[in-house]
Amino acid sequence: MYPRQFDYVAPTSLDEAYGALGDDSKVLAGGMSLIPLMKMRLLSPGTLVDIGRIPGLDAIEDKGDHISIGALVRHSTTAGHPLIAQHAPALAQAAGMTGDVQVRNRGTTCGSLAHVDVAADQPAAVLAHGGVAVVGSASGTREVMADAFCMDTLTADLSPNEILLEIRLPKAGPGEGSAYDKLGRRGGHSDYAVAGVAAWVKMDAGSITDARVAITGVGTKPSLLPEVSQALIGTDGSESAVASAAEHAVDGVTVLEDLYGSVEYKTHLAKVYAKRAIQKAIGSIRA
Amino acid sequence: MATTSVMGGVVKRREDPALIQGLGKYTDDFAPVGTLRVAFLRSPVARARITRLDTSRAKEIPGVVAVYTHDDVAHLGPLLAQVPVGKLRPLLAAGEVNHVGEAIAMVVAEDRYIAQDAVEAIEVDFDELPAVIDLRKAASDEVVIHEELGSNVLHTWTYHGYWEALGLEDQTPQVDEAMQREDAVVVSLDMVNQRLIPVAIEPRSVLAEYEPGYGRLTVHSSTQVPHALAGAIATQLEMSIRDVRVVAPEVGGGFGCKLNVYNDEILVAWASRELGRPVKWTETRREAAGATIHGRGWVATATLVGTRDGQFLGYKLEGIADMGAYSQNFTVAIPLLGLWIASGQYKMPVSWTVDCVVTNTMTTDAYRGAGRPEAIYYLERIIDAYAREIGMDPIEVREKNFWQPEEFPATLGCGFALDSGDYAAATQRLKEIADYEGLKRRRDEARAEGRLVGIGVGSYVEVCGFGPAVLADIGFSWSAYGLPSSFNGSGLVRVNPDGTATVIIGTGPSGQGHQTAWAQIVSDGLGIPLDDIRVHHGDSATSPMGIGTFGSRSLAVDGTATFAATEAVREKAAKIAAKLLEAAPEDIVFADGGAHVAGSPDRGVDWKAIAQAAYQGHTLPEGVDSGLEETIIHTPGNATWPFGTHLAMVEVDPDTGDVELLEYYAVDDCGNQVNPMIVNGQVHGGIAQGVGQALFEDAYYDQDGNLLTGSLVDYPIPTAADLPSFQLSHTVTPTPVNPMGVKGIGEAGTIGSAHTVVNAVVDALEPLGVKHVDMPLRPRKVWAAIQEARA
Repeated sequence: MYPRQFDYVAPTSLDEAYGALGDDSKVLAGGMSLIPLMKMRLLSPGTLVDIGRIPGLDAIEDKGDHISIGALVRHSTTAGHPLIAQHAPALAQAAGMTGDVQVRNRGTTCGSLAHVDVAADQPAAVLAHGGVAVVGSASGTREVMADAFCMDTLTADLSPNEILLEIRLPKAGPGEGSAYDKLGRRGGHSDYAVAGVAAWVKMDAGSITDARVAITGVGTKPSLLPEVSQALIGTDGSESAVASAAEHAVDGVTVLEDLYGSVEYKTHLAKVYAKRAIQKAIGSIRA
Repeated sequence: MATTSVMGGVVKRREDPALIQGLGKYTDDFAPVGTLRVAFLRSPVARARITRLDTSRAKEIPGVVAVYTHDDVAHLGPLLAQVPVGKLRPLLAAGEVNHVGEAIAMVVAEDRYIAQDAVEAIEVDFDELPAVIDLRKAASDEVVIHEELGSNVLHTWTYHGYWEALGLEDQTPQVDEAMQREDAVVVSLDMVNQRLIPVAIEPRSVLAEYEPGYGRLTVHSSTQVPHALAGAIATQLEMSIRDVRVVAPEVGGGFGCKLNVYNDEILVAWASRELGRPVKWTETRREAAGATIHGRGWVATATLVGTRDGQFLGYKLEGIADMGAYSQNFTVAIPLLGLWIASGQYKMPVSWTVDCVVTNTMTTDAYRGAGRPEAIYYLERIIDAYAREIGMDPIEVREKNFWQPEEFPATLGCGFALDSGDYAAATQRLKEIADYEGLKRRRDEARAEGRLVGIGVGSYVEVCGFGPAVLADIGFSWSAYGLPSSFNGSGLVRVNPDGTATVIIGTGPSGQGHQTAWAQIVSDGLGIPLDDIRVHHGDSATSPMGIGTFGSRSLAVDGTATFAATEAVREKAAKIAAKLLEAAPEDIVFADGGAHVAGSPDRGVDWKAIAQAAYQGHTLPEGVDSGLEETIIHTPGNATWPFGTHLAMVEVDPDTGDVELLEYYAVDDCGNQVNPMIVNGQVHGGIAQGVGQALFEDAYYDQDGNLLTGSLVDYPIPTAADLPSFQLSHTVTPTPVNPMGVKGIGEAGTIGSAHTVVNAVVDALEPLGVKHVDMPLRPRKVWAAIQEARA
């Protein structure tokens, strides 16, 4: 649990940070995943660029047409922030179910997305909310849909010389609701997700006009479930409609067995939590 | 004699202010100037011959001081064990490895980063051999791991076997006959009691400082057994105990895993002597998971035979217990502790057979409960299955078979005698605090709504506070560590010249609150305020000879010694005070920080005056020596036998198999209580660990011998957030074994809880016809059981 030798820099501006980044560097924000990997020597970056002292990255803000979550926003802030509660309830719930108190006070929402852990909670919620990753580098910024950003297990669309600067979430409009639910490794909402589903639903005049559902824990990465969304759109959101849409919860997902679930069990859980999350999302609209 | 009211009082733990402010000092906090750091190369494979081991590149790394392999330490012999049955662990792998995590080479370097870099530079080639992990396969001897032993089965514990020499009867025929009875109901289940990782929050750590000028060695270690470790190091390094001092500073949890003496402790001490510099090693969390002892690891078939109306006729257990690759401290003796309490709280013949087998895994040894949770789990699970079979309330069936109060001391088939007990009273108290009838009503209402709610109960007897001393002659001998073959405890009580008291005991606590409880004992006996008493422990150079803290023994054994030393000091002080007050010693009363003449509170002297007179010497009464301190070494005449009954209420999510522990009630009887708050704290932690086994924890090796749960990401332990608020109560049945009437409470919660939770989950699943689910009851398993029952 002692890392290999590495250099450490703590820039105070983005330009300085971009200058320090290179092929053999890693960005350090909360460090809740990066530091353990380094201590186990599973990852040994030559340079650690600590962005913790760069001003302006730690805010959740209403930017008019979207909500912005900065690179240094902690899970606990995301979980308790009124703007997130209003515009992205599924993300607030997912952030509140991430890790434990210490992890939530240290780890960052952007870091969770950039890490692309197969069982992380918040990426699923960001996907369901239609989030956008804003990636910066010395040559400017680019925007990537969160779904495309989460490329594969532990692999984001992020070069070593780039920083995930913020996550942008669409603001909630009338008739929209969202929810996240999961089974954790110690049961209930504890720990990493054995299976977790985030659902965002838009209803108009009693029928579902749009939906995005995303899953985590069961496959190779948190991912959108377009078949579930398609099956929901046009229905009245009744229990039977939700149940039949939830049947698609592993369409396109390579379900992996681990200590917490067989393929059969995880497939089943995916459907159970898809149904639960969607029903909660619909319930929040009706409430 | 009680002159103050602190005994039996809720006194806040005096050790806590330092601990909760981060001001406690643990072994890793000590860093003498020039300390070298150690890292080990550990085997990545479960079973192999080492065909090449090249440390030359590692030795060239700047800052590396030494790299040792087996050849360097072979002359020290294998790691000593108290129960040397099986293959003893080589200090460093001797040409072969037998489990993942086995130490192959030891690097000593200027800092721990360099040490780890050097570990990576060691080149090693393996010729891999088939690993043996499955217990039944191991017992079949299809592949024998240690060829020189001829078999993987190291020993077979039977209920009669070991005691045949004592002329005890084999009860197996009685049990077999009962099964043939026409009215017999025979219930049998195959059950797993899975392997667990102890997970002390403070990892093990050892710092050795050899002083060449003085020829002495001082070792700080996160250990539960400072005296035993000093003896083991001295024996293994061919030194004298006189020249080895072991200090256990704050120890952050042990649960039995720090009761072992480890090869790393010997190696670090040896390296310090070799190099003439301080050497320190602190294990990583992954080493704590894979290279510190594990607990449990049994598979067994439990069979209960009884009548249709709930009378037990006999109990049979046939099991296999996993010893791991090498035998360390007790290893093979752990199942014996289960054998002693195999019949629990019940009067019935027992037949018991447990094979101890070698596998290519980390050694198993004492983990909170050590053999007793396993034994009680099997017994209490099968009683539950039997109650279900005959359609009787699970508490009623237990009550029908309890030993009755007037039958104590009750001699068991194993030869031991239960000291005292009132099992029915504790169970009655449980029914009251849990409102058992109300709970059953609530469960039945929930069931009527289609919810899976269940209630589980479980009783237990524990054996702890060992002796009798004769145990040392039948396998539990500390003589391998250079200590006398005994289970002694010790206490030194000294009244200082300023009237305060210093207490030094032979224990090695890891969070049990000894500084508080022992101060209460002494304060109660002498009337010296608690704040004027300081308790020391864990330093082999200053404490009277003791064997540490384990087996829920400290209060019953070392507490008894301290109690006796306190009495002796008080008697002497009474004579001194009597002279100062011109009264008779028998008229002296101690209270409120001094002594006075009975009936005349104004005729008194304070402890400072008594102590000054004691140390001044020439004014003492005739026949009284100078000084005011006493040391007592106490040899226990018997073990103590705490007991209790627990109850859990759970709800199972039928769609996911997720178990929610809704309510938990426990009534424990540990005899008299010195500090009920500490007692409750011990029960709380114990239940948490039992719930951890029931629901979460599983030290899992795949069939190739890879430990798949080598970090806390993969080995979930319970947190406060996973547990309901426990409702605790107690009955008090003092033991006649010691003058304070105290038993032990350290392991009781763990021994009482795992089966209670499993019984509750099986009860919840009863409407579906589920008979058993093996621990840990993770949602995937419970769901699979539901699916199977529905199929």
